[in-house]
Amino acid sequence: MSAGVIEASAAPVIETRDLSVLYGTTRAVKGVSIEIDANRVVAFIGPSGCGKSTLLRCFNRMNDLVPGANIEGEARYRGLNLYGPDVDPIEVRRRIGMVFQKPNPFPKSIFENVAFGARINGFRGSMADLVEKSLRQAALWDEVKDRLDASAMALSGGQQQRLCIARALAIEPDVLLMDEPTSALDPIATQKIEDLIYDLKREYTIVIVTHNMQQAARVSDRTAFLYMGDVIEYGPTDQIFTNPRETRTEEYITGRFG
Amino acid sequence: MSRPDTGSDFQPRAAQRGRTAKIFRWIFFGATTLAIVVLAVLLLDVLRTGATHVSWRFIVSYPSRFPESAGILVGLLGSLWTLGLTALLSFPLGIATAIWLEEYAPSGWLSRTIQMNIANLASVPSVVYGILGLALFVQWMNLGRSILAGSLTLTLLILPVIIISSQEAIRSVPKSIRLAAFALGATRWQTVSRQVFPAAIPGILTGTILALSRAVGETAPLILIGAAAYVPFAPVSPMDEFTVLPIQIFNWISRPQPQFHQIAAAGIIVLLIVLLSFNLAAILLRNHYSKR
Repeated sequence: MSAGVIEASAAPVIETRDLSVLYGTTRAVKGVSIEIDANRVVAFIGPSGCGKSTLLRCFNRMNDLVPGANIEGEARYRGLNLYGPDVDPIEVRRRIGMVFQKPNPFPKSIFENVAFGARINGFRGSMADLVEKSLRQAALWDEVKDRLDASAMALSGGQQQRLCIARALAIEPDVLLMDEPTSALDPIATQKIEDLIYDLKREYTIVIVTHNMQQAARVSDRTAFLYMGDVIEYGPTDQIFTNPRETRTEEYITGRFG
Repeated sequence: MSRPDTGSDFQPRAAQRGRTAKIFRWIFFGATTLAIVVLAVLLLDVLRTGATHVSWRFIVSYPSRFPESAGILVGLLGSLWTLGLTALLSFPLGIATAIWLEEYAPSGWLSRTIQMNIANLASVPSVVYGILGLALFVQWMNLGRSILAGSLTLTLLILPVIIISSQEAIRSVPKSIRLAAFALGATRWQTVSRQVFPAAIPGILTGTILALSRAVGETAPLILIGAAAYVPFAPVSPMDEFTVLPIQIFNWISRPQPQFHQIAAAGIIVLLIVLLSFNLAAILLRNHYSKR
């Protein structure tokens, strides 16, 4: 993926056309077409098993790691076909970072957790500066600046998740994918992550999968409601939550199923 | 209790269940005690017979026809040489195999077949490995009755154990660690070498060193490949003839003179010290690596 290709087109950052994901013969995502613009927070909501995490994992090719997973259709990142024959998933993941459902820091020091991505991607600058900048961006610096050599496993769940965000930011991605990033956290830690998402959208495009509809309403600019592998409705978050066009969307957000 | 229990379908029989629980507790305690008592009696007997014969002179002396001047040096050096070489050969091969099976091999009939055969190999009697070593290393590869032939044989013997225990250690590293590394743009090799392997080191070390301490006590395969009962010179290269501690001990015990039985006990104490230091090393290394 050359720099030229990335600069070439402005919007949208991510675009899928008729994108399907098959696990063996099960179709988890069914012909989804969706566009995600730069510096927006987009939320995917829907009941368990609706395909929202699977769709998210198409954007950084994490589905490649699932045995038996197959992709049909197109997914483009700034115009570049993510599943094109010349595209290296390693390059994709460097530009499109990911934060997982459960905090999963490496069993190493706080510093090493942040530095790892930069090291493997051949970062040549000052590692100490990069680690500080990333931890500040993730609003964790003040809590850990005196114990960067301490094990990341000693942090609280909320701190671990912010460390995972700092780790993802350290490789200077363009897009941040978050797969239910607060589902394992308490309300106070959740609040911190949500504030963080609000700050981060100035510099990054964020796609967040969430089970929590209040969270989607609070943090996102646009919301997509997925059901049984289909995108039922995709639009401005305000409109989805106050004036949904589809009955199934309305039923879901009012808690009648899911 | 606010509600009367009469007419209920439940029969709690608390007293009887409590008795059963107690009985099992004593059965388990008894089993443990029995094992420890047997071990303690064995150790005490060996210590009583042999402790007075363990001396620096005993450790640095060559074998002899006279029990008062016989020493364990050749067996001890033979054991250390054999084990060192076995570790050098079996660790890289076994750990590399475990990494391939866990991290690279596509799951399918091939890896299932390999897996099943490794498990089978782990239960093959050591004598069979001796026969294989004799045919393959001593005769076909013409290595003679050397330390190298012995180490290669022991390597084959403990490889399945090393592979299986390393696999377990690698498998116990959470999948989320691998996903985290991949999501940061790591290649499979970077993920394995910088995250999975370091996290698995404590478990791998414990398993491999315990496998090695099993090899310390092996006698049968080494007798088969021709480790001699009487070697008058200390080995200085992997191509030298050799004997090992258990063979030396067996040789002394099978002699008629009671003094030889006493130095056999002394030899057993030396063997136990070697074994215990291996296990101690395993514990120290594991603690060292799991603290990081």
